[in-house]
Amino acid sequence: MTPVPTPVRFKGTDSYLTNEGLQAAVNCALTLQRPLLVKGEPGTGKTLLAEAIAQSLGHRLLTWHVKSTTRAQDGLYVYDTVQRLYDSRFGDGDVRDIRRYIRQGPLGEAFSAPERVVLLIDEVDKADLEFPNDLLHELDRMRFRVTETGDEVVAKHRPVVVITSNNEKELPDAFLRRCVFHFIDFPDADLMRRIVAVHHPGLDGTLAEQALKVFYELRNFTRLRKRPSTSELIDWIAVLKSQGVTDVKLDESLPFLGALLKKEQDLVSVAEAFGRGRRPRA
Amino acid sequence: MFLPFFYELRRRGVKVGAQEALALAGALRAGLHDSGLDGFYHVARALLVHSETQLDTFDQAFLAHFKGVETAGLELTQELLSWLEEARERRDLSPEELALLEQLDPEEIRRMLEERLREQKERHDGGNRWVGTGGTSPFGNGGFAREGIRVGGKGGRQGMALMQAGARRYAGYRDDLVLDTRQMAVALRKLRAFARDGSPDELDVDESIAATARNAGELEVVTRPPRRPNTRVVLAMDVGGSMDPYAAVMSRLFSAASHATHFKELRIFYFHNCVYGKLYATPQLTGGMTVPELTAQVGRHHKLVMVGDASMAPYELSIRTDAEGHYKADGLEGLTWLMQLAQHFERNVWLNPEPMGTWRTGTISVIARVFPMFPLTVEGLGEAVTHLTRGRTVKGVAARR
Repeated sequence: MTPVPTPVRFKGTDSYLTNEGLQAAVNCALTLQRPLLVKGEPGTGKTLLAEAIAQSLGHRLLTWHVKSTTRAQDGLYVYDTVQRLYDSRFGDGDVRDIRRYIRQGPLGEAFSAPERVVLLIDEVDKADLEFPNDLLHELDRMRFRVTETGDEVVAKHRPVVVITSNNEKELPDAFLRRCVFHFIDFPDADLMRRIVAVHHPGLDGTLAEQALKVFYELRNFTRLRKRPSTSELIDWIAVLKSQGVTDVKLDESLPFLGALLKKEQDLVSVAEAFGRGRRPRA
Repeated sequence: MFLPFFYELRRRGVKVGAQEALALAGALRAGLHDSGLDGFYHVARALLVHSETQLDTFDQAFLAHFKGVETAGLELTQELLSWLEEARERRDLSPEELALLEQLDPEEIRRMLEERLREQKERHDGGNRWVGTGGTSPFGNGGFAREGIRVGGKGGRQGMALMQAGARRYAGYRDDLVLDTRQMAVALRKLRAFARDGSPDELDVDESIAATARNAGELEVVTRPPRRPNTRVVLAMDVGGSMDPYAAVMSRLFSAASHATHFKELRIFYFHNCVYGKLYATPQLTGGMTVPELTAQVGRHHKLVMVGDASMAPYELSIRTDAEGHYKADGLEGLTWLMQLAQHFERNVWLNPEPMGTWRTGTISVIARVFPMFPLTVEGLGEAVTHLTRGRTVKGVAARR
């Protein structure tokens, strides 16, 4: 199947700001109809990207949250053997109709949807090493066979597949080759200013500037074990706003630091470096 | 046209293949690059690079390969010319425009394009010039002119591709750099292995079906123990003295290892320079147990990870001590203690923070004959873990000789 040029181009949404690199990656994925693999620091909006794509293209979003126990098969369909065994023993329902015991997973749902959908496979690295390999064929051909019934599920419209990874595990090469890759950079101060403005419209300008300054000072503080990220900044500003704080600077009185730093050691080392040893109010 | 760029990437270790080439060709045909070097940079990066560790290499390759294009503009001109021809076929032109086109021979076009490319700093937004911007020209899709503007005029946006590539913002993600905690945790995670162990409290569906069938349809439930992590690790770290410069990276390794929840058992020991009969429980070299005690307590299947610079005065390898670490003329040499450890544990590695270039000489080369030695970088740790799990050494890096 030759890729059909898609006239739709992704440009971000009102609440999701992008840059050229991300737009190019999304548009490549849309045009070539390949899965889009998004990596990046936690809190840079990998998951939100799928929502933004769905929103801007006007498609429905299906999500598949991958866990450490998730198997590739679960995404296609689940054959509820135990229910069938139970029914056969205790006589409820029509046991002979095997289709009654086959439930579609997120991937199966996306394939059989009557319209094009956006499928988010979230945190693909959480699952077993073999997980991505097991999905290769299905994502490539966008079809699979239900072995129990012999039915073939073929995608009517190839879904837009967005895969996020936190890089906890290496992904297999064969899998990577089939994906369009994008690494979400940490936003620079300029983009961050726009992101903050989108999430907190009407925020006092000086507070925003001060908060950003503190935020980047903390990020550049190399002794932190976990550096704060975008989502933490947004949360922190929300707390500052709701508590009516009007100015912040990086010293011992920095309010609500707990919203930015999530590790005990980090709070301690910040206190040592900036607060003359006194713990800030968390 | 872009094939040399592919080989440039391969030469630098970004393994691009035919699949990537086809994907890129498809994307370019669909016009995703907006006919500009800038767009091409983003499209190529999305399709050719599969890991953030390769982004920096890609940027460098891009810079090296297209730098000439930026200044001389020759190769790009070639492509622009072909685009111009395409445009002529596609667009509906008025007879006047066509007549205008016919007047100019390809040589003239090429000359003017080259001129423009050289004058990149200059804005030329007069929309009616025939290779200019602004869409009224039949060559509007050429994109070359838009490129020219982006180079000279609009700073402060994303910057131009070559400028971006030149900024080398992904240098921090290279995989041959020394690790941070998270990367270490990722590498260590590969060490995990599972085994079914403990009380059977998980439903074994397949067995249940088989048992039920054998039972003529009477439901028979079979359970099995759940999968649990089954990796046991002994980690021994060199502290003090020559290791001081590496204190930060060692503390990260320690925190990554001690936070790893996927080991069934993790024992951490310390030593100074070389093991003299005893491994200590604290960095202050107190507590701990002797090597004979350790080898008696833990099995051969524990994985032994030694971390140290392996650099010391040569005589320190041959100091004779007893198992308590006291000097004794009839004790065992430091090197012998190391060999005892290496012999007991079937899978062992030595991670060395020193750059690999220094490994050929001194005590490092001696110890590298006892333990397979890997550099303490993302790449090295990954290979060490591969060696620990499979007992197979990735060619080229291990210093086992």
